[in-house]
Amino acid sequence: MTLYDQKAAQKAKEAELAWEHDELRRTLERAPESQERFLTVSGREIDRIYTPADAPNLDYASDIGFPGAYPFTRGVYPTMYRARQWTRRQIAGFGTAKSTNERYKYLLAHGQTGLSTDFDHPTLTGYDSLHPLAEGEVGRLGVAIDTARDMSDLFDGIPIDKVSISLTINHPAIVLLSFLLAHAEKVGVPWETLRGTVQNDSLKEFHGQKTFALPPRGAYHMTMDVVEFCTRNVPNWNTISISGYHTREAGSTAGQEVGFTLAQGMAYVEGGLQRGLSPDEFGPRLSYFFGVHMDFFEEVAKLRAARRLWARLMKERYGATDPRAMLCRFHSQTLGSTLIREGALNNLIRGTTQAMAAVLGGTQSLHVSGYDEAHDIPSEDAMRMSLNTQRIIGNETGVANTIDPLGGSFFIEKLTNEIEEEALAYIRTIEDMGGGEGVLAGMFAAIENGYIEREISQAAFDYQQRIEDDEYKVLGLNEHEEDSVPPPELYEHDDDEEERQIARLEAVIHERDSARTEAALEALRQAARGNENTMPFILDASRADATEGEIMGALRDVFGDHEDPGIF
Amino acid sequence: MTTSKPTKVILAKLGLDGHDRGIKVIAKALEKAGMDVVYMGMRVTPEQVVDRAQREDADVIGISLLSGAHKPLMTRLMKVVDEREMRGETLILLGGTVPDGDREALEEIGVDGVFPVGSSLRDIEAFIRERLADGAVD
Repeated sequence: MTLYDQKAAQKAKEAELAWEHDELRRTLERAPESQERFLTVSGREIDRIYTPADAPNLDYASDIGFPGAYPFTRGVYPTMYRARQWTRRQIAGFGTAKSTNERYKYLLAHGQTGLSTDFDHPTLTGYDSLHPLAEGEVGRLGVAIDTARDMSDLFDGIPIDKVSISLTINHPAIVLLSFLLAHAEKVGVPWETLRGTVQNDSLKEFHGQKTFALPPRGAYHMTMDVVEFCTRNVPNWNTISISGYHTREAGSTAGQEVGFTLAQGMAYVEGGLQRGLSPDEFGPRLSYFFGVHMDFFEEVAKLRAARRLWARLMKERYGATDPRAMLCRFHSQTLGSTLIREGALNNLIRGTTQAMAAVLGGTQSLHVSGYDEAHDIPSEDAMRMSLNTQRIIGNETGVANTIDPLGGSFFIEKLTNEIEEEALAYIRTIEDMGGGEGVLAGMFAAIENGYIEREISQAAFDYQQRIEDDEYKVLGLNEHEEDSVPPPELYEHDDDEEERQIARLEAVIHERDSARTEAALEALRQAARGNENTMPFILDASRADATEGEIMGALRDVFGDHEDPGIF
Repeated sequence: MTTSKPTKVILAKLGLDGHDRGIKVIAKALEKAGMDVVYMGMRVTPEQVVDRAQREDADVIGISLLSGAHKPLMTRLMKVVDEREMRGETLILLGGTVPDGDREALEEIGVDGVFPVGSSLRDIEAFIRERLADGAVD
């Protein structure tokens, strides 16, 4: 059943032409429009008005449907926020595990409903706090975690069987998740009761976030070890949070974000199939993570398009039959790169607008970036305001009362179609690079030949150029902000945290049974060489207090190192 | 009209920081403006940057840091610059998340220009041209 009766649509088109000829023409003769073209943030040209004629073949049942039913365009659950609002999940991490643990308790006391961990650069890239490259970055942009004991400090006094936990880590994901599982053993929490997510999206590290620790194939192998191990042993854990956020932060368009990210997702699905898992087994535990930019309708449409396209791919291409394996459940975050230094409080308005788009796009959880983040990592006050933004949207505006309220808008449906088509075109381009061997082969090729990085970098440049040319106006950048005041009170970094963390690590190394640690690391090397699943061995090394850097070092011994190609 | 060799710019990110959007946009912009740009990528050491600048007789070294580690890392870079007696020979620029309060300390150790996030490409390009024309560096 097409959405609009063909005859009625035809009539609407005729009426539109008449209107263009009459009212519109006369108005334009008197007063032309302010711009020659109107573009979205992603550079997509937007028409003056959208009508039923813009979606002539849209079929309600097969293209839009109902929430909780294929193709899930309107939402992943039948009752959405009427049952339970999205999870308010502000990410936090800085200094030592002890400091971050205090912030967690503060957030939980102020309305936060799930935890999310930001790690420092040395942890993200698989180096210990003692490594020379780590100088000045230990505990700086996230929390420093060197051993399983740090993980125990991080979640000290927090009921990990009740609060869901997200670990934002990629190439060393298998190590940090093992630290958490070791902590669960220590406090007597069965793995089956753990709920949460590990980002574990190794492929995006080569074009977004760029905190790689291993070369593409080795890193991918680790990602799939986590998927395989958790599918069997930690059944409620989301094994990959397939991430477009960082791709968007790197400067991609909305269409590229969906295209590249879903291509990553397809590569992981193909890996699961290669390991003999069925998509119905591991598909339900794959989740997504998107950024939300300033262009309100484009963002809502993007999220709808991602949901529909993923469902179609999982069902039609990979043969999933369990509807849960077709769901593009996602976390969203308002984009840090849209925060402006000048007039920091204006960022509260940006955060609110982006958060509203995430909610109208049907997000499962949300982080609103702190208004002061163009200056430093967010202060406690900024995080409180981010939570308040979510509480006010959820409780006071009524936007959560009905599901997908923008669905059926001529404009939104047209944009949803366009973004889905654009994303699919990127997926095809990537697949073609794999010489007919699937999207996984295509992804490796597209990473290795620099295609994805170059595409994103060009989009970032085009966006910046539009700001330089005053075509896209941003308050505080190319639009002057009078009397701007600095944010109230910035986060103050404690320079002694680095020393404290290093002392802590040295103490653990001194106390542990080093023969046992060494043996565990050697067993891990053997397993990685022998193509065994490495996760049981990494768990053993974690229990033996091996450091993150040592475990990643053992994997580097087998898989090698990766160097940034410096593509722009 | 004299034809002179184009301005040579070496760009790099020090430490482990992965935020490379800004520096890639700048690389493209400076290249478009006719400069000869080398982007060394991330996780480069101060020694590697200075080696490359020396080898290629660079006019400008541009470092991007959004990791908050700008003070220790730029101090190390300037130490190498001084050891090679390149101060005043090469324009040293820094971009990224640099709090206003740190600017003075960075200029004191010899950083010629600091461009925090949100700086305009035009301003960066103009700064390079003016300082090179002033003969601030040879």
